Amino acid sequence: MGLVVAENITKIYSVVAAKVSKDYKVGEIAIRALNEVSFEIEPASFVSFVGPSGSGKTTLLNLIGCLDKPTEGKLMVAGTDVLHLDRKQSASFRGNNLGFIFQDFNLIPVLTVYENIEYPLLMVQNVPGGERKKRILTMLEAVGMGDQKDKYPDQISGGQKQRVAIARALVTNPKLVLADEPTANLDHKTAFLVLESMKRMRDEFKTTFIFSTHDQKIVGQAEVLYTLEDGELAGKQLKGGKGDA
Amino acid sequence: MRNLLKIAVRNLFRYKRRTLLTASLIAIGVVFVLLFVAVTGSFKSMMIGQITDSMLGHLQVHRRGYLASIENLPLNMNLKLQAYQKVEGILTNQPEVEAVSPRIKFGGIFSTFVETTSIRLNGVYPDRELKAVPLLASRLSKGEKGPLKRGEIWIPELMSRSMKVNIGDTVVIVATNKDGSVNGKQFKVAGVLENVTGPGGRDGYIHIEDAVEVLRMEEMEISEISVHLKDFNKVIAFTDRLEGLLSKEVSKQGSSIYEVHSWEKLSPFYNIARMIDIMTFFIRIMLIAIVLISIMNVMIMAVYERIREIGTIAAIGTLPGKILSMFMVEGFCLGLVGAVAGTILGLIIMVVINHSGMTFNFGRQILALSASIDPMEVLMISGIVIVISVIASLQPALKASRMEPIKALRHV
Repeated sequence: MGLVVAENITKIYSVVAAKVSKDYKVGEIAIRALNEVSFEIEPASFVSFVGPSGSGKTTLLNLIGCLDKPTEGKLMVAGTDVLHLDRKQSASFRGNNLGFIFQDFNLIPVLTVYENIEYPLLMVQNVPGGERKKRILTMLEAVGMGDQKDKYPDQISGGQKQRVAIARALVTNPKLVLADEPTANLDHKTAFLVLESMKRMRDEFKTTFIFSTHDQKIVGQAEVLYTLEDGELAGKQLKGGKGDA
Repeated sequence: MRNLLKIAVRNLFRYKRRTLLTASLIAIGVVFVLLFVAVTGSFKSMMIGQITDSMLGHLQVHRRGYLASIENLPLNMNLKLQAYQKVEGILTNQPEVEAVSPRIKFGGIFSTFVETTSIRLNGVYPDRELKAVPLLASRLSKGEKGPLKRGEIWIPELMSRSMKVNIGDTVVIVATNKDGSVNGKQFKVAGVLENVTGPGGRDGYIHIEDAVEVLRMEEMEISEISVHLKDFNKVIAFTDRLEGLLSKEVSKQGSSIYEVHSWEKLSPFYNIARMIDIMTFFIRIMLIAIVLISIMNVMIMAVYERIREIGTIAAIGTLPGKILSMFMVEGFCLGLVGAVAGTILGLIIMVVINHSGMTFNFGRQILALSASIDPMEVLMISGIVIVISVIASLQPALKASRMEPIKALRHV
């Protein structure tokens, strides 16, 4: 966890971003996707980044998820300065500390529901057989997919796929789960159910959830809401309407 | 590894038709190579066997310089009896040697009292010759299979036909000895030998003591010593060793008396055998090209089609080395399936060929098509296919493992 010491108060954070910027080069032109963004995210919080397309939500999630590196600024994720990790270290860090939920679910089509959840335990963390089975079954029950474990991704619905993706993200006991537009490909009813699942998981496993969305109807599910506009942090809102701009 | 195999096999089943086509292509390649190696290999072995076991022997010892003038059958380059006995003594003490047969080779005139023609003759000890070249008796198309007796002659089939000579006929052999005096002797035709390709394939045979008599030798002189080994595969090694042993025997001038030649240096068929080996090599290269291109093509497609999947597994923490292994194992499995299927099919076709009794007629020689292959050769061909499959997967696998997850996840 990131440590921030200010006015003699020491606080532990899941994510600490200090003046983080990200530039992309399109030909010879550099485009600033994020501009000096600073924030802290507390452990076990349910945070959402909202904003229109192109506001920098995905870029920010990619930086937190160690899939990309900031051009400027400092970024601490789960207590690690992720700026100086090389390719292999980044992969290892992601495998041991982070969970990912994707907009398109991104389940491996040749693996069953059970095997998809098993994948990170087997191929990333090398968890022994008995422990692995216990954790998978717990997770399957938690997302309500216990009776679907032998089905392949193309045999289940979109909502079920996303629940499997949640289980896969959480089975490794990550400190942080990142979800980029996790409900974009779901109808509203299913989207709420998926968010409910995520929240329940957060309550049960005390994992920090950070998700991005531009769907105003599900934004309300977040406990902390950051608004991004043109690559800059335009505001922070806590559940109950309390916020700062 | 088990999990990598499981994922690889399932991914191969994902594109069944493509996998089937590629595996079939590899299998067909393996079948062709196996059949080519088996048929040409057995043809080669058969020809070598026929040449060595019915004419030459596995290796021969001559007086130095004799082989360079062998076309003239020079009698002045024969080994003196003492020199021959020295070689025989050495040879009979070698555990690799099965049989040793001395020969007096000379040219003469063959007369039926009506017609005459020239003939090349071998004077041999019949029992020793049949041990040194055990297939010689099987070349007898007419006459008794038993050993040649004194006063008898085996003549080549071509001569028998052209001069209308039959078993039991009396013929005369006239020859000039090394001093230039001419002598003749009557012989009874006791056998007609089928012609075979190669040096000595159209020679006649008489008893060695008859040869001594015709050539008026005061003391027996030997033109060549034919040696048959217990194990044909040891010919090269034994030839080298024998050369070493005989090199100690030197003339007054200090040069070695003997020269040793394995069948390879005595028969022009060796060049054909080498050509077969070169063709086999190129056929193998073609198989390698087939496997390399087909596996690489499939794996490049597999990587391209699964870019988002690669991005996903990389994002959730799969190390690049493991992603590399995943694709290489996939290529390995594809190669393995092709190699196993091809080997099984190839062996079945070989059995069918051997049971069909197919023959090829090469003029006077009829060759039965037979296919046999050394199990090590089968393993080597399968091994080559599998190794090349893994090598062919390397480039696509490296590409997959080096993919930036963020770019891969964005791929549409």
